[in-house]
Amino acid sequence: MRPLSRRAALALGLGTAAAWAGASRARATPSEADEAIAKFTGGKQPEPGRIAIDLPEIAENGTAVPLTVTVESPMTTADRITDVLVVADGNPNPRVATFRFTPMSGRAEVATRIRLNATENVIVVARTGDGRFLTARKEVKVTIGGCGG
Amino acid sequence: MAEKPRIKVAKEAKKGEVIEIKTLLAHPMESGLRKDDAGALVPRKIINRFTCEFNGTLAFSCELEPAIAANPYFQFTVRVEESGTFRFTWIDDDGTAITADESITVS
Repeated sequence: MRPLSRRAALALGLGTAAAWAGASRARATPSEADEAIAKFTGGKQPEPGRIAIDLPEIAENGTAVPLTVTVESPMTTADRITDVLVVADGNPNPRVATFRFTPMSGRAEVATRIRLNATENVIVVARTGDGRFLTARKEVKVTIGGCGG
Repeated sequence: MAEKPRIKVAKEAKKGEVIEIKTLLAHPMESGLRKDDAGALVPRKIINRFTCEFNGTLAFSCELEPAIAANPYFQFTVRVEESGTFRFTWIDDDGTAITADESITVS
C-alpha cells in the first residue's frame, strides 16, 4: 500500500474531527425544522421558487457563514414579501432568524452571518402579503461546526 | 460591549431611492450551548431583536436565535421618500437596548 500523501492524511484528520464533533453534539431532527416551518406557515404547504439563497457550497468554519436571501418581488404595498424565516435543519435549535420587511423595504433582500453545526440544509420560507408561502433550500458542507464548543 | 455599533448608510439620496444599509454590533451572541473551561454551560446571552426605524416608522426588523454569528451583521434596504433619521435598536436578552441614529438628506 502506498503511504498516505500529506493531502490525504489531512483530509482524513479533518473528516474524523468533523465526525467526532457531529456525534458529540445535539442536533435538531429534520422534523423539528419542519415543525418550525409549519408554525410559521400555519400548516400551509409552501411552494418552491422565487427565492435565491446565497451561501458557500463548503463552509470551512461554521461559526460565521455568510448568507444572503433575495426574494423576487415588486415590494409594492399590494404585492410584497412580508416575512422571511430561515431554518438550519442540523442545528441544535433549527430556527435561525425571522426577517420582517415593510412597504418601505424596497427590496426583499437581507444578508447576515449564521452559525452552522454540521453539513446541513438551510431552508428559507417567505410569506407574501396575500398570505402565500414560498420556499427554497440549500445544502452547505461544514468542515468545523459552529454551535457548541 | 460598550463599543459603538458600526453603521454604513448614505448621507444623501434621491427621493424614492432604495438605499442599502449595513450594520454591525460587537456582541458575543453567547448561544447557551457552549461550555467554559470548567465544563459548566455558559448561559445564553444574545441580541434577540434588531429594528430599523425611519422617522419613527418601522422600516425593517428581525427576531434572532443563537444561530446568528457573534458580532451580528445585517445588510438590508430601505426606500427613502424624505429627509430624516434612522434609528437602529439592538435588544439584548438581559433587556438592554443599544441604539444608534444616522441622518440622511433626501432631495
